[in-house]
Amino acid sequence: MAEFLQNIVGAVDPYTMQVIVNIGIAIPLALGLNIITGLTGQLSLGHAAFMSIGAFISAICTIRLGFPFALTLVTSGLVTAAIGAMIGFPILRLSGDYLAICTLGFAEIVKVIFLNLDITNKALGLTVPAPKSFLPMPIYVWGIAILSIVFVAFLQSSRFGRALKAIREDEIAAEAMGINLARYKVQSFAIGSFLAGVGGGLYAHFLGYINPSDFGFLKSVDILSMVVLGGLGSIPGTVIGAAVLTAAPEFLRFMSEYRMLVYGALLVCLMVFRPNGLLGGVNFTGLLLKAIGRNINESIPREKGRRKL
Amino acid sequence: MAILTLDNVTIRFGGLVAVDKVNLAVEEGNIQALIGPNGAGKSTLFNLITGIYTPTEGEIRFDGAVISGRQTHQIAALGIGRTFQNIRLFNELPVIENVLIGAHTRGKWDLLGSILRPTPWVKREEEQLLDWAMECLDRVDLAGKAWEVASNLSYGEQRRLEIARALALKPRILLLDEPAAGMNPFEKQVLMEIVQKIRQTGMTVFLVEHDMKFVMGISDQIAVLDYGVKIAEGKPEEVRVNPQVIEAYLGKGAKQ
Repeated sequence: MAEFLQNIVGAVDPYTMQVIVNIGIAIPLALGLNIITGLTGQLSLGHAAFMSIGAFISAICTIRLGFPFALTLVTSGLVTAAIGAMIGFPILRLSGDYLAICTLGFAEIVKVIFLNLDITNKALGLTVPAPKSFLPMPIYVWGIAILSIVFVAFLQSSRFGRALKAIREDEIAAEAMGINLARYKVQSFAIGSFLAGVGGGLYAHFLGYINPSDFGFLKSVDILSMVVLGGLGSIPGTVIGAAVLTAAPEFLRFMSEYRMLVYGALLVCLMVFRPNGLLGGVNFTGLLLKAIGRNINESIPREKGRRKL
Repeated sequence: MAILTLDNVTIRFGGLVAVDKVNLAVEEGNIQALIGPNGAGKSTLFNLITGIYTPTEGEIRFDGAVISGRQTHQIAALGIGRTFQNIRLFNELPVIENVLIGAHTRGKWDLLGSILRPTPWVKREEEQLLDWAMECLDRVDLAGKAWEVASNLSYGEQRRLEIARALALKPRILLLDEPAAGMNPFEKQVLMEIVQKIRQTGMTVFLVEHDMKFVMGISDQIAVLDYGVKIAEGKPEEVRVNPQVIEAYLGKGAKQ
């Protein structure tokens, strides 16, 4: 089985495979931020900090404790979620710009702490050994990416997800419906951090080397761009955003030094022509029903029990 | 029996006394109205009841238990549903999802329910909630628009959706903050019928309203607020002829 998978992975040329795996790593990261910013509406500019916590925790688990890869990822996710909840508790009283600046400050603090700890090897960074797992890395990464897509899709269509959306739309009305703002905000922060922690763990083990400076402000903005480009709150949008923004710099490589210039211009154009993101505000169920020639409102009474939100 | 009692409720914003020692008892099963000129403190009173503000002095009791000082979401969960003076819908969400969020306290599955979303236990609850939400939409005559995005509804429909969302909470008392504001005469008529139907289910209704015809036509009891002070209370026909009320609305010299 493992050999068979190894053969499939080996059939793709290593450079393409590297891009594909990078996309797979970006998906849980972007989906985590999508829960915090897209679903709950809390702007966070420090997502890379949670990624770095996950990366370092997982590296330490592998190096010092010799954990198997799956346990490593779960541990790094849970520890990151706990830290996310701890940070979220005091700062989620703030909103909008104030919250954004707080998360930014938090990210800088995390970076400085990692730069000064012995266990993270200070500014030299950590070399991470290959993970202990019988599955090849690309399969592992994409398995987790798909799991996280499914999880966020479930979350979005559940009572919990609806409470988060209500908070995004109108906090006062949400609270008047009996939704405990503080609790749901902290929980959404913790779940978003969990996914970031897992993503960080994958990143550390795939690259084999991590340095605190890799997880700076630019990395946070990178992840935020994926979510905004795809469309806040949209899962297919976030996945496409993660894929496009991970692959675009590679596809634009032929332009050599003009690469980042064109990349930036593409982002600007997108925000001008589709301010809600590529797939923001696109209703897939509605489109599907329209395509088969049915009015969305007529279809309710008959199948109201089966319709998903 | 009074389901909601306000006992000497006062709130000060700096030097301004927005609500001044108001005593009020809302009888169970009644339609109670609160009227008064602009700035009389009516909406502030609603915000006090729902816990958005905490009274500086006094006590609010719901069904015997003190609720002043509790948090808004706790008060809502006790069975106090409300609408807002300036419509506050979840604009980008479909109509049905607005109502489902209103039914938040009716559901049990939380974060774990997200993970177990496809299992029969969670599915059953979701179906029950969906049925209940459709029933609430039916009561305000919006079932046909369940999958529209809330912001695409007309003004009158948005007002009605707010009521459906509050009904989804299965409240024991429903607070309506100027439900008829900005409606045309026909829409007001429809609204009146909806409120009467809601009362027939045994629910208590407490409403703030400016439209006298609406208030006089529907209420069992009316309280009048002016500059934060309760100046009159009684049945519609009593309040209508109360000289103090006429003075507050029309000024001195307007008496006959």
